[in-house]
Amino acid sequence: MIKEKLFKYLTQAAALCSVVFLFGIIFSIFKEGYAIFAEVGFFKFLFGKSWHPTHYPPEFGILPLIISSLVVTSGALIVSVPLGVGSAIYISELAHPKAKEFLKPLVELLAGVPSVIYGLFGMAFLGPFVSRVFGLPIGLNAFTASIILGVMVVPIISSISEDAINSIPRQLREASFALGANKWETIIKVVLPAAKSGVISSVVLGFGRAIGETMVVLMVAGGATAIPRSIFKPVRPMTSAIAAEMGETTMGSSHFHALFGIAIVLFIVTFVLNLITEWVMRTKGRNGT
Amino acid sequence: MGLRKLKEILGINALRLAILISVIFLFLFIILIFVKGGKLISFTFLTQPPKAGMTKGGIFPAIIGTLYLTILSLLFAFPIGVLSAIYLVEYAKENLLVTIIRTAIGTLAGVPSIIFGLFGLAIFVVTFGFGVSILSGSLTLGIMVLPLIIKASEEAIKAVPDSFREASYALGATRRQTILKVVVPTAIPSILTGAIMSIGRAAGETAPILFTAATFYTRRLPKSIFDEVMVLPYHIYALMTEGTSPEYQVPIAYGTAVVLLGLVLVISSVSIIIRYRMRRSKKW
Repeated sequence: MIKEKLFKYLTQAAALCSVVFLFGIIFSIFKEGYAIFAEVGFFKFLFGKSWHPTHYPPEFGILPLIISSLVVTSGALIVSVPLGVGSAIYISELAHPKAKEFLKPLVELLAGVPSVIYGLFGMAFLGPFVSRVFGLPIGLNAFTASIILGVMVVPIISSISEDAINSIPRQLREASFALGANKWETIIKVVLPAAKSGVISSVVLGFGRAIGETMVVLMVAGGATAIPRSIFKPVRPMTSAIAAEMGETTMGSSHFHALFGIAIVLFIVTFVLNLITEWVMRTKGRNGT
Repeated sequence: MGLRKLKEILGINALRLAILISVIFLFLFIILIFVKGGKLISFTFLTQPPKAGMTKGGIFPAIIGTLYLTILSLLFAFPIGVLSAIYLVEYAKENLLVTIIRTAIGTLAGVPSIIFGLFGLAIFVVTFGFGVSILSGSLTLGIMVLPLIIKASEEAIKAVPDSFREASYALGATRRQTILKVVVPTAIPSILTGAIMSIGRAAGETAPILFTAATFYTRRLPKSIFDEVMVLPYHIYALMTEGTSPEYQVPIAYGTAVVLLGLVLVISSVSIIIRYRMRRSKKW
């Protein structure tokens, strides 16, 4: 009997590890990051227009970094939502069963390509290409980063949307066909509305993935810390500021704390996105579709 | 009727276009990497350390470093992940504690990888004093892949039919015996495929190891888990951004990318194939 209890507690302890790790993460970024809020002030940190951590006196306003993140992430979604959701609908509604069996694992496989390889592709191939096509001095900018990031997020959006679309009962489609609707009308008016919550969560998840992605933007976005005037300007999203500058700071300096401060902002954003996805998925459960 | 038909044709071709663009782009991307980097792959490239200020030689230390980090992170995360999944499926009831655990796992899965890196830096490197080392890096990566392993194991354990458990109870087995002798052995192939998937993820991540494990260049191989290492993904990044002679170093970066991509693609296609086979051959 004691063995039974021990085993149960062992598994429970393992499950609690995730809680401990999560609190560890929250604790460590807040412990190192709160100092910058105390030093600079909450609003000046979030909405300050210049990020010059190494100037004298240093300026710690992360608005340019936030704007950069938003620009690159929105750009990525403009690329990835039509491609991802379109592919998902095609795979589940139109593809031949044989093609489906080939496309589904392919999408899964591509979701596993390391981001640094996308970064390499952007830096060595797409960047020079963009600079030639648009006549820019340098091809590493928000536009190029958005394209790479967008393509990277396609498999994520596509596989989650596909699951959602696939789980729509066949009877709904049959009922629509029986009423005389054709394939396209069935997709637009029956299948998509029924799969709405899954498709929305796939987009929210894609957004979270894109805004948290580091290597691609670090390598491809160009790195300038001014507020971008156009999408063809180099930018420095939050993640790439942390990755690029952490190596140059001394531990315990204001700059060091500021980078952890950025991490706090980033964490809160992704945490909220996560709650939204969970909430969307849960409302779907209640409506019973 | 004409307009409806036209709309249908346009709409369906738009969807076809979406998947074509995605597939073509991704194929071109992968082919480009293999074409540009493939010609570098040779026995020397795979078995020699870098030479002449990173402009010649191979990437052997980076391959070894990646193996160390991935294996160690899995050794750490796999037992915790499987045990967590057992708890969530077999023991957990719907109460506050379980809700908290589930929310924590879901949140952990969505935390950006660079934040894991900062956490690893603050906790393992500094507070625990492990320094920039294999140990710090593996622990950080392990925590990052933990939610993946839990999720895969949970699904695997859930897929074991209740009749198996009932048969075991009917024979007089206790709960623990049923789990260890019936449920886990039945679920283990799917659990392992999940684990293999997470190897791919751990091997390819760069951001969490930037400040916890990776170094641009060491000639010697790591002697203990407290040494810093060269790692494939970081090697690509460093060659592209810190290199001084791009005409030699960009090709090496492509070559390294081929090795990393090959590694990850082989690992994940193995697990995908096993899973599809299993689904088809499942008898219950």
